[in-house]
Amino acid sequence: MKLDVQQVLNWLEKTNEKIQMNKEYLTSLDRAIGDGDHGINMSRGFQEAIDKTTTTTYISVSDVLKDVAMTLISKVGGASGPLYGTAFLKMSMVVKNRELIDKKTLENALESALEGILQRGKAQLNDKTLVDVWTPVVDLLKAKEVIKGSELEEVAKNAMESTKERMAKKGRAAYLKERSIGHLDPGSVSSYYLFASLAEVLSEEE
Amino acid sequence: MPNVGIVLISHSLKVVEGIQEIIQQAVLNVPIEIAGGTDDNKIGTSVQKIINAIVKAYSEKGVLLFYDLGSAKMNAELAIELYGYENVKVVNAPLLEGAYVAAVESSIGKSLEEIEQTTQTITKDS
Ligand SMILES: [Mg+2]
Repeated sequence: MKLDVQQVLNWLEKTNEKIQMNKEYLTSLDRAIGDGDHGINMSRGFQEAIDKTTTTTYISVSDVLKDVAMTLISKVGGASGPLYGTAFLKMSMVVKNRELIDKKTLENALESALEGILQRGKAQLNDKTLVDVWTPVVDLLKAKEVIKGSELEEVAKNAMESTKERMAKKGRAAYLKERSIGHLDPGSVSSYYLFASLAEVLSEEE
Repeated sequence: MPNVGIVLISHSLKVVEGIQEIIQQAVLNVPIEIAGGTDDNKIGTSVQKIINAIVKAYSEKGVLLFYDLGSAKMNAELAIELYGYENVKVVNAPLLEGAYVAAVESSIGKSLEEIEQTTQTITKDS
């Protein structure tokens, strides 16, 4: 597999479409166990990011990812801004000076992004945060020589769904303790949209 | 010699305006800057507002940042990293009580490290 500038832009646009389409859904998930701002924050942040990337000419994938990072950092007021912003910033650093992202580079980029999320949010696996989706996705990439879109989508979806039965240990939802069980983690759902979109781009290439 | 600056970060502009008012009633010789709400003054925090507040409060004695809830801390740490500030630290203490005690200590000329030490043990009764 190889991702060039156009494919990375496609990935982001697909992600934005899913987020805009599910804005109310994300908000309702966050209202159940958080502060109800996830849909609004993600839709504003990604729309601004897309507005930026569609009006800019890029020669490197790194610059695309960096622009997304800086837009999310500056436009999203909730926790998803610094978390997704840090993730995209780390990815842009790993792919620096590369015209294309190959499988190994994607693996390294996502691993570095996960490290950034862990360091920024101080969450651990199974705390009912987006880490619960990013970790199995990174593990999948590390385990496979070749990565298939359908596999990626399935792993991300199962991981997202598994957050429902967990008790939150980080973020606003942690204040609810046991009462957070039975609800999906909103950040895991938006992370699923990100990886489902990446899976679509990978599938188009297969 | 200037004193250690204080930056108050909250999801709400009203919260930090209020705390700033409380502190400035007692402490006059310490820079107390605020970063409350998002860029359009909605509930949330803004990296840019935090950076602006740090710049205003900054001197070679440093700046201490106090915050209210989780994502405020993340944005505070991002602001420091993006600008590579030296002598700027995020303090893990209650926003109002922590910043109040820190401002009093700063006003009597204590160093960043000394104030950080004190704020680590702050409770309602201290
Ligand atoms: Mg929220």
